[in-house]
Amino acid sequence: MTSKKKWLSVPYLFWSGLFIIVPLGMILYYGLTDRTGAFTLENITAIASAGHAKALRLSLLLSLISTIICFLLAYPLAMILSQIQVKRHNFIILIFILPMWMNFLLRTLAWQTLLEKNGVINHVLTFLHLPALKIINTPAAIILGMVYNFLPFMILPLYNALSKIDINVINAAHDLGADHIYTFFRIILPLSIPGIISGITMVFIPALTTFVISSLLGGGKLLLIGDVIDLEFTKTSNWHLGSGLSMVLMIFILINMVLSAIFDKDGEGSML
Amino acid sequence: MRKNNRFCFNSIAILLSLSVSAFLTGCASSDKGVNGQVIVYNWGEYIDPETIRMFEEETGIKVIYDEFETNESMYPKVESGAVAYDIACPSDYMISRMIDNGMLSEINYDNMPNAKNNIGAQYYEQSRGFDPENKYAIPYCWGTVGILYNKTLVDEPITRWAQLWDEKYADDILMQDSVRDAFMVAEKLNGDSMNTLDLTELTAAKDLLIKQKPLVQAYVVDQVRDKMIGGEAAIGVIYSGEAIYTQKENPDLVYVIPEEGTNVWIDSWVILKNAPNKENAEKFIDFMCRADIALMNFDYITYSTPNVAARELIEDESIKYSEIAFPDLSQYDNLETYVYLGEDGDSLYNELWKEVKAH
Amino acid sequence: MKNAAKKIYIGLIILFLYAPIGTLMVLSLNASKTRAKWGGFSIKWYIALFQNEEILRALVNTLLIALLSSLVATMIGTIACIAMTGMKRQAKSILMGITNIPMLNADIVTGVSLMLLYISLGIRFGMGTILLSHITFNIPYVILSVMPRMKQLNPSTFEAALDLGSSHINAFFKVVFPDLLPGILSGFLMAFTMSLDDFIITHFTKGVGVDTLSTKIYTEIKKGIKPEMYALSSLIFVTVLTLLILINLSPDKKEKK
Repeated sequence: MTSKKKWLSVPYLFWSGLFIIVPLGMILYYGLTDRTGAFTLENITAIASAGHAKALRLSLLLSLISTIICFLLAYPLAMILSQIQVKRHNFIILIFILPMWMNFLLRTLAWQTLLEKNGVINHVLTFLHLPALKIINTPAAIILGMVYNFLPFMILPLYNALSKIDINVINAAHDLGADHIYTFFRIILPLSIPGIISGITMVFIPALTTFVISSLLGGGKLLLIGDVIDLEFTKTSNWHLGSGLSMVLMIFILINMVLSAIFDKDGEGSML
Repeated sequence: MRKNNRFCFNSIAILLSLSVSAFLTGCASSDKGVNGQVIVYNWGEYIDPETIRMFEEETGIKVIYDEFETNESMYPKVESGAVAYDIACPSDYMISRMIDNGMLSEINYDNMPNAKNNIGAQYYEQSRGFDPENKYAIPYCWGTVGILYNKTLVDEPITRWAQLWDEKYADDILMQDSVRDAFMVAEKLNGDSMNTLDLTELTAAKDLLIKQKPLVQAYVVDQVRDKMIGGEAAIGVIYSGEAIYTQKENPDLVYVIPEEGTNVWIDSWVILKNAPNKENAEKFIDFMCRADIALMNFDYITYSTPNVAARELIEDESIKYSEIAFPDLSQYDNLETYVYLGEDGDSLYNELWKEVKAH
Repeated sequence: MKNAAKKIYIGLIILFLYAPIGTLMVLSLNASKTRAKWGGFSIKWYIALFQNEEILRALVNTLLIALLSSLVATMIGTIACIAMTGMKRQAKSILMGITNIPMLNADIVTGVSLMLLYISLGIRFGMGTILLSHITFNIPYVILSVMPRMKQLNPSTFEAALDLGSSHINAFFKVVFPDLLPGILSGFLMAFTMSLDDFIITHFTKGVGVDTLSTKIYTEIKKGIKPEMYALSSLIFVTVLTLLILINLSPDKKEKK
């Protein structure tokens, strides 16, 4: 069986080789050279400069908070959804992904319209004689934008993982006297770990390098690492520095790989 | 489970049939015109589509039209040769960069009588800032950068950049989120050139911007328009081309060119060095310089036209003599046009800008 | 009581996700061009939309690219997932790491590097290059959503099918595939979504005159986004939602218990 599987990996190995590794090589080339083409490590060490380090810290913090919020919002939701009858599964999936079919820029602009000083939400609040919401152009608005934008990518893998859990296992635990909390932590949570890892990866990693959200909702007053890379590529045309900084971010892929490997040990045994 | 299958295939089938039917109905023939083609790379929404249709009809040349959203996203596409364009329409400093890198082809004015006669001499004069001998660029749109303020939200007329540092407007100021425009404001306030590479002058400008940061509500680019119309902020830095439109939507808005001087920008037609259809490119640009065509484009874009003949044709007197659309440039002695600062210059500005933004 | 709380929770999340969509739909009926002011009710943007050939052509391109790229990405991604389960742990981790790279890289980095790749390979820029790029950044989303289902599979059913004389392919489609289907479907949908939304990568890898809705919207930024785009988005949304509800409301009688 294993030998049969070997050739199955060929299409993807070919694809990732040509369209991921080769372009990555180009980024490495730019990241490790300066404008004259000479070898340098300056583009990598540039991450330590005050402005860049601060931007990276901020990005890490904001994407971490967003990932946690996404997880806390999505997990209960996925649990509730997974209890709904099977025949509605695909309908549910589509309901949560459909908003993302509206263009990203239009959606984010719509949030601006909602959150602004004279925005829709504040009109409603004043009408109800409630104090106005002052969230636009703050870090909180950036987090809201990130959570909004990435929430479906947390909901779907969690929902997929949770709905796969055999209800009989949970019932058995209850029959054997386990209470809800115990069942959750000893059975449901461990069984959903593959979904959790996918969800966290799909929220945290893209959130780390977003940049449009910070300028549209954050008022451009905070500099995130994604903004820096974008600036280097589009404004200064300094592809070398931009590539160097991107390479530094790949460390987080490595960290993610290690973490997944640690938490995913159980998944290994039950594999096909 | 079969239910799931069915649903899945249904959805895919629907999507497929939707897109295929759309493909069949929407697929327009992309044949070459009888007299060949011309490939144009312009800003989004920066031309009246009707003028393109008229050009195709009159000359039999097929126009392949492509759009970009910033000078900086246009440049690598043209430079890399991914697509061989004939014509582009970059801004001043980007044109000087393209000239520096030998990417442009010289204009032959003999083949373009409209460009020679209809474009005002003062605009060619202004162009020399980035194209010293007027060899490469034919002005298409121009304007100034100034202050737009909401007169119901301020208690005095705003006339100077310095007022953007007034603490009573804290959280009511919108600054431009672009390196050159932000630094231009501070440099002009300090009485320096907006193309300076002098480190003390630049540091002074940077410190000024950092000092202003707590007062700024947001750094925005294209959102100034909507935010000012909606009364989100009292004062914003904006391009003059937006002034007429925003005033129409919100009569409380006033546009001024600050006393300290400002940037005059010019977007111009250029023919690229490797243009495959040079003759057609000349015909296209000259057609766009025809008075009636330039007027159509002015009506569509509402950005100031350098085409004097077209301005003569404007019927609405209030626009024809508008101080906003057509300010008399000779009145000011402190207006400048951006020039390309070189890679090191760009990097320097960017480093300082990052310090402002990260502060 | 408990059920009510659950319903309220779902409702709140849906409200959160759909609030901006509602806003866009309202804006599409706004007579004024600016999003900052209500200029009265009007359907003029819908009329303008159907007269705008460029937007309609961009819509066709967008749907075609999204559909084809997500289909191909789903196939490659699913096969990759199956293949990966047969790999050694280390090889698998490395491959997963590589898979995550297109997700981490800022779009502009991916876009520029793919553009350089196509130039060095001498590929003509056009629909094809956009498709290749979209498939590339879509695959990770497919893999990441199929993988969890894969890990939860019970290998013994597959073995049992083989023991009972089923061929590999047969056993896969009869036993494994139905179990993976929800993961595959959500992977497909995520890929489709990412493809619909992409701007920067498309910008750098597209040929002349080939536009998608995203590239159209972004190039409109300088002069202000035309409300036709709000109208189109609303129409797409309402169409898909109606289709969804219709399909969901017409249950297959045979399967009803």
